[in-house]
Amino acid sequence: MNPYLRLLLMVAILAVWEGAARLLHVPAYILPPPTAVAMGLYRGIASGLYVEHVWITMLETFLGFLLGASAGFALGTFVALSRRFEYYLYPVIIMFQAMPKVALAPLIIVWFGLDLTSKVVNAGLVCFFPLMVNTIVGLRSADEDRVSLMRSLAASPTQIFWMLRLPGALPSIFAGLEIAMIFALIGAIVAEFVGAQAGLGMLIQSMNFSMDVAGQFSVLFILSLIGLSLNAIVLAIRRKVVFWDRPAPENRLGGKP
Amino acid sequence: METETETHARELIAVRRLTKRYGTAVTALEAIDLSIDDGELIAIVGPSGCGKSTLLRILAGLMPPSEGEAWLHGSRIEGPRRDIGVVFQTPVLFPWRTVLANVLLPIDVQRLGRDKMQAAAMNLLKLVGLDGFENHLPNQLSGGMQQRAALVRALIHDPSVLLMDEPFGALDAMTREQMNLELQRIWMERRKTVVFVTHSVGEAVFLADRVVVMSPRPGRIIDTLEVDFPRPRPLSVMNTEAFGVHVSRIRQALNATGGLE
Repeated sequence: MNPYLRLLLMVAILAVWEGAARLLHVPAYILPPPTAVAMGLYRGIASGLYVEHVWITMLETFLGFLLGASAGFALGTFVALSRRFEYYLYPVIIMFQAMPKVALAPLIIVWFGLDLTSKVVNAGLVCFFPLMVNTIVGLRSADEDRVSLMRSLAASPTQIFWMLRLPGALPSIFAGLEIAMIFALIGAIVAEFVGAQAGLGMLIQSMNFSMDVAGQFSVLFILSLIGLSLNAIVLAIRRKVVFWDRPAPENRLGGKP
Repeated sequence: METETETHARELIAVRRLTKRYGTAVTALEAIDLSIDDGELIAIVGPSGCGKSTLLRILAGLMPPSEGEAWLHGSRIEGPRRDIGVVFQTPVLFPWRTVLANVLLPIDVQRLGRDKMQAAAMNLLKLVGLDGFENHLPNQLSGGMQQRAALVRALIHDPSVLLMDEPFGALDAMTREQMNLELQRIWMERRKTVVFVTHSVGEAVFLADRVVVMSPRPGRIIDTLEVDFPRPRPLSVMNTEAFGVHVSRIRQALNATGGLE
């Protein structure tokens, strides 16, 4: 476990990429060398072009995350607490969950138009499920002995929820939030692909049409930076809120849309 | 029933013909009759699955009996009561609450006002040797310390009855003896009525004024014996002949029903 070796490996990969692209004369519209990508990145940032699009995409992602996460939390809570609610609604939810949400993007664009709203709705839809499922699992996982203890103190169901079930569910909910944050970004980008006037997804598509592959790589690089920082924000909040529990490594950046 | 309860002045808990069945196949308890005096430390001993925990859960109001009834303070137990403290086999502390906040859980649930009870909590923590740990989180404490915190939590709202379900069963032998001594000390100081369920015959005889012996399923009371060693009892009382006599009598009763096979 050598940190320098890790860094060295990354540098080596970039060097091989650079060397191969130049020595084998790979055309820039197929695979540009890393230096060209870096140049593209520099141009995009210096001209102020990327800043505006980054802002738009992040805003869509964040609002979509808020929308989807709160809806997922609310519905998950209802399902976890009410057997009746679960009985009637769960088949619908499962059907909906089995559907790849990104396939809904074209419809969402038709319904909500080309600007911000449709991206927020799509991001919200995609990140809704991980949070709902994790909320249900978390609220249901309350330890039987702890429930017995609360009941033996003559606690009301409301008290059992606030003092036991909800705090006990927080590790699971935060695992859901980590996934939901990344999913929201995916949802926003996909909606931008389908139809948008601004945003990094739209930028990738227009660069694709003009065969600016180096530019595309630079946007991908920015997207992964955005993903990392969003994840870091959720983790930082988690450390504050779920201070008694260390994050499980398998929960990090996991899953697919 | 009520007249019967009144005739026995010191009686705090009355159990009458109590039966508990799970489904149709399993009878956990059968026709239990038991009377527990105010301030008594009673131990219920029996093999695993003899229904002793079931009896405790019924007394705690956590489950209803199938037949018969249980009374506390002259009123029938029909659900959880506020004047009962329960200690489970595991400490059951909430990992997000500090030791002090865990101990104050009954106060929060019953809205008795934390400010007033803070001092009482600190006193109790001192009583069990946990002073200085009030701001620690449970996972920073050893198993024995966690169970002490659980004991304080059961005492904080000053219940008249302490129900203990194999509370020291998960601890190592030495910690367990220490906890037995401590429980005796607390009991002598506070004079709560304690119902102590255990599968350890020695622990039962060491702690209790009276030991109730139960048979394997369906759980019945097969023997009751008074233990009148003077208190405070030192651990060395376990080496006396009289102690051995009690222990072997209980073992015989358990053996006769196949309880120790």
